[in-house]
Amino acid sequence: MAEKIGEKIADPLKRNSAAEREARRSPSKAERDWEEKTLKPTLEKSPERPADFTTVSSYPIRRLYTEADLPDWNPERDLGYPGEPPYTRGIHSTMYRGRLWTMRQFAGFGAAEDTNRRFRYLLSQGQTGLSVAFDLPTLMGYDSDHALSEGEVGKCGVAISSLADMETLFDKIPLSDVTTSMTINSPASVIWAMYLAVAEKQGADWRKISGTLQNDILKEYIAQKEYIYPPEPSMRLVIDTFEFGTKHTPRFNPISVSGYHIREAGSTAIQEAAFTLRDGIEYVEWGIRRGLEVDEFVPRLSFFFNAHNDFFEEIAKYRAARRIWYKTMRERFGAKSPRSWALRFHTQTAGCSLTAQQPYNNVVRTALQALAAVLGGTQSLHTNSLDEAWALPTEFAATVALRTQQIIAHESGVTNTADPLGGSYFVETLTNEIERGAWDYIEKIDALGGMVPAIERAYPQREIAEAAYRYQVAVDRKDKIIVGVNDYVAQEKPLDILQIDETVAEGQTQRLRKLRAERSNDEVARRLAALRKAAAGTENTMPYIYEAVKAYATLGEICDTLRDVFGVYEEVAIT
Amino acid sequence: MADKKIRVLIAKPGLDGHDRGAKIIARALRDAGMEVIYTGLRQTPEMIASAAVQEDVDVIGLSILSGAHNTLCPRLMDLLREKHMDDVTVLIGGIIPEADIPALKKGGIAEVFLPGTPTQAIVDFIRQRTSTAPKGAPSLRPGPA
Repeated sequence: MAEKIGEKIADPLKRNSAAEREARRSPSKAERDWEEKTLKPTLEKSPERPADFTTVSSYPIRRLYTEADLPDWNPERDLGYPGEPPYTRGIHSTMYRGRLWTMRQFAGFGAAEDTNRRFRYLLSQGQTGLSVAFDLPTLMGYDSDHALSEGEVGKCGVAISSLADMETLFDKIPLSDVTTSMTINSPASVIWAMYLAVAEKQGADWRKISGTLQNDILKEYIAQKEYIYPPEPSMRLVIDTFEFGTKHTPRFNPISVSGYHIREAGSTAIQEAAFTLRDGIEYVEWGIRRGLEVDEFVPRLSFFFNAHNDFFEEIAKYRAARRIWYKTMRERFGAKSPRSWALRFHTQTAGCSLTAQQPYNNVVRTALQALAAVLGGTQSLHTNSLDEAWALPTEFAATVALRTQQIIAHESGVTNTADPLGGSYFVETLTNEIERGAWDYIEKIDALGGMVPAIERAYPQREIAEAAYRYQVAVDRKDKIIVGVNDYVAQEKPLDILQIDETVAEGQTQRLRKLRAERSNDEVARRLAALRKAAAGTENTMPYIYEAVKAYATLGEICDTLRDVFGVYEEVAIT
Repeated sequence: MADKKIRVLIAKPGLDGHDRGAKIIARALRDAGMEVIYTGLRQTPEMIASAAVQEDVDVIGLSILSGAHNTLCPRLMDLLREKHMDDVTVLIGGIIPEADIPALKKGGIAEVFLPGTPTQAIVDFIRQRTSTAPKGAPSLRPGPA
């Protein structure tokens, strides 16, 4: 229980729409009568709990929502029908009656063969798509045998240093039949080139293969901080993949514009929606500047959101995000295709909500978060494993996480109807308020000249750090209770967790040595020189990266070539 | 208040960029009256040891979530010994399997703070270790319940 409600710290969310909403609210006579006759005597007899009635983002929630909270609400305009603008109710007319969401568990650890084994296990257990987690050296564009890779090889994901590793990763997995999501950002074009090369070797048709590249560099500067080059050349690399994809891989999503990491860094739900959608706007603007047709490339942009603890706030966030994207595409960019208007998104339950204490409770947290994502109309979903506040998941923990989705899909009944919460006074009000709060941020970032200048001024970074600190203070004061952490604490036995030993690094080092001895180093040098020239000019870098990858140039060699041309980025650290 | 401010270096060793925890701790320690220097991201043990010498800190707080602690921490501790900085209190916060903690402590790490630790527990631990806290200041045992 909350012991005390301390003095509240200033929260910008509290001044705008919630206060405004209260001022504008004009309850019906029936509601006023209820307050007078029923509520008031109750409150006099037994006051409400001294709890903090706010969302996990510290957004204040009313005791009751009625039609008085939706004075200007027009269901035809603001809600519409599933599969139709403004897509509040979902992007497909039949939603999960037609097809369930893709159950896509993010996995990767050790060497390529370890992860290949986990992938084949997950597919055998009914998982419907693959999602690759790469280790930190790979994410930062270093080979496994680089000095800075020491201690990190295969730890947070799978180690991929060359096409040879990628061939092992997808061994006996037909890329024409599975869709693959790859969480890779700064070196995204290199990893994608490796994937395309494996597809080609397997005889899969590039025009038919499907999957998603995360490739969202803006949120790296904002939140996750796995960037290599400065923003401008990084954005160019992203747009190179858009252009290449439009021509060669019409079913592949070249980007997953991600709010997940923004939220994990401590943002509020409104900030997550706002910064992610503004990042989306930035990519669209850059694509247009490259000469791409909006309705040709925007339908392939996908999104990725977090599913945090606050059930209704999350559902409202997904609904609001769809509405904002629809309006933006139509009004700001004049998109004509409904495929450009409809925001498709993947969801992952909130890693930052997992507790190291009493880890089995995480199964329950994850189930509630996953349910929110489904009620919010997600297209694909990753559920976290119970042991991830300690380490990468064991096979047992990963299986429970997948089963959680299967239970929601097949046992809970929530898939029987589209947007089951549509029309709820509370959900519709919260959807409106998240939308309004997000527009405020989008306008602020427009006023700063767009997301790249905003990042360079650390605007989103500062807003997120502020929100993260506010949340920590609320937890430290027990204004927010975390079961097993600041209340309901218990003694417990340690979990059995997955251990990655250093033999992975040794194996990688040996494989790289062999690769460098066996490949044609002349060809590698030629391909890297051609890439260097293209990068220094204005040509699309993708074909050059592809040729370098096929010659078995390593990830590190390709990224070093680009580092030489583009330079590296150092952020101004704010604390 | 104590006469001399406690000086703390908050460092992010390794390749990981998740800096939410490091930034929160830096701010909480600063709010508690300490002098905090934040290294920024992707620091090698060599860079951290040099910064510790240069800034003459009492405490080094390492934020590690990547699983690289068993490689990075012993290397930093060796460097600190070489530089005669063994009196510096070195703390780790982050994702550290419990089984790894005894070896880290044996290697000279003063304490490991796991997810869920209240910031006040870290403030109190640092005050107690550096003994510059005002007399009678409360102290809490850190770590998970």
